[in-house]
Amino acid sequence: MAEIPFKQPLPIPDEDSSPYWEGCRKSRLMLQRCGTCGTVRFPPQHLCPSCWSENADWVQASGRGEVYTFGVVRRALRPDWRERVPYVVALVCLEEGPKLFTNIVDCRPEEVAIGMPVVVIFDQVSEEIVLPKFRPLT
Amino acid sequence: MVDYSTGWLDRVAIVGVGDTQVGKVPGVSSLALHQWAIREAIEDAGLTRDDVDAVFTQPPYADPTFLHSVWVAKSLGIKPRYSADMNIGGATPVGMLVHAALAVANGLCNVAVISFAENALSARGKPHHGRYNQQYEDYERPYGRVGAPIGYALAARRHMYEYGTTSEQFGAIAVAMRKHAVMNPNSQMHDPITLSDHQAAPYVVEPFRLLDCCLVSDGGGAVVVTTRDRAKDVKKSPVRILGLGSCHPHKNIQSAETLSETGARYSGSQAFLQAGVSPKDINVAEIYDCFTYTVLVQLEDLGFCEKGEGGSFVEGGRIELGGELPVNTHGGLLSQGHIDGMLHIVEAVRQIRSECGSRQVQEAELALVTGNGGELSTHWTAIMGRY
Repeated sequence: MAEIPFKQPLPIPDEDSSPYWEGCRKSRLMLQRCGTCGTVRFPPQHLCPSCWSENADWVQASGRGEVYTFGVVRRALRPDWRERVPYVVALVCLEEGPKLFTNIVDCRPEEVAIGMPVVVIFDQVSEEIVLPKFRPLT
Repeated sequence: MVDYSTGWLDRVAIVGVGDTQVGKVPGVSSLALHQWAIREAIEDAGLTRDDVDAVFTQPPYADPTFLHSVWVAKSLGIKPRYSADMNIGGATPVGMLVHAALAVANGLCNVAVISFAENALSARGKPHHGRYNQQYEDYERPYGRVGAPIGYALAARRHMYEYGTTSEQFGAIAVAMRKHAVMNPNSQMHDPITLSDHQAAPYVVEPFRLLDCCLVSDGGGAVVVTTRDRAKDVKKSPVRILGLGSCHPHKNIQSAETLSETGARYSGSQAFLQAGVSPKDINVAEIYDCFTYTVLVQLEDLGFCEKGEGGSFVEGGRIELGGELPVNTHGGLLSQGHIDGMLHIVEAVRQIRSECGSRQVQEAELALVTGNGGELSTHWTAIMGRY
């Protein structure tokens, strides 16, 4: 889906985030759910920010959510993004609670609205990295 | 609630402020701009470098530097007893002012200078040796989160959705800041703009147009803080810090509980409580203005108007010189230049000292200054007046 070659610095999976990126490679949006208090968190980290428990399960998110807010980038502030404008950046609030910074794709920027239901798709941008993005849920 | 009730602020005073030329200042390094600003501030106080025993700096964003404050001190022939580097984004200048005041009030030093400077316009995008890990790299930048406008545009969109705020209301802020910058001889922008100019400006990140975004600038600013006793024999009237408050609610916007209310709500209420004054007592406000929306939401959170009414509050010239609450009388980051809010402090001090010429607010007895960093992530409020 990455029609324009991806030249950006890519995410660097680490001790905390490797299972997340591994999930993306398998087209699964994986989130940590605290084994003690049940809080679902994002981004991945070792401790539960709510109760400090170190027990967490990786659970597959439904992939559904809604647009919390968004912007349409018309003038990219870095040269390597200029050929991609316009593109939509958004915060998507997942059904499980956390918000993700992402792109809304497969629709025109004018169609995006706050509250719009969206669903995850997976965009392979390099051999190692697959990015979860969202499209309108129709 | 943090208890500031010991009255420790009465033991300190702001006695000097300095700024460099602001705008395009080619051929001058960030270090040289720091030196320029610090020299101006020390001279403004009527002190010498030998009086200074504490240096606090905010390193240039494009060139994060190990032991920066000590390096700057050494470059000026200052041997500090106390030094610290600080970076909480645009809240740093007020934050450094507080750290300097705390150190002075508690006897760790006598004369402290704080500074920020960067040749950001002339050397933008050319870091010497590398950039900070900004925590955007893994989960935001791969989606094109490049540049500061994006996070604030998303916040502004949410405010528009929740309260019906309009682009024209953002425009009223841009027009006011430019009006003030035109009256400031040390400004990057010299030509007035109208609301039509704002509305005709191209989008950068919808809903932000070009004129909703602050400038990229070369320049620097510095402030000198000392004990109230020592302030008795400096050159100019000492400025008093009456109230302080801070709040740092999130790092990245994806973990923010809300984008239509900021740390300014708690930060401001703390500062007003300590100062024993209320928003209606403030004569001039220097409010961190990285984007137009940043001003609007802080005016609400600080209590100058109700939540959701920031849009109508900024209309009709209310925040312009001559209006009910002059905001950013120097032109701010939007039109004077982006010196990360250091010049908001400098301007507040000059307003209180009645040094601002044609842009002087009459009877500027109480000034409010804010700093805001990251993506509405960090916030400081300071209320200042006279002894």
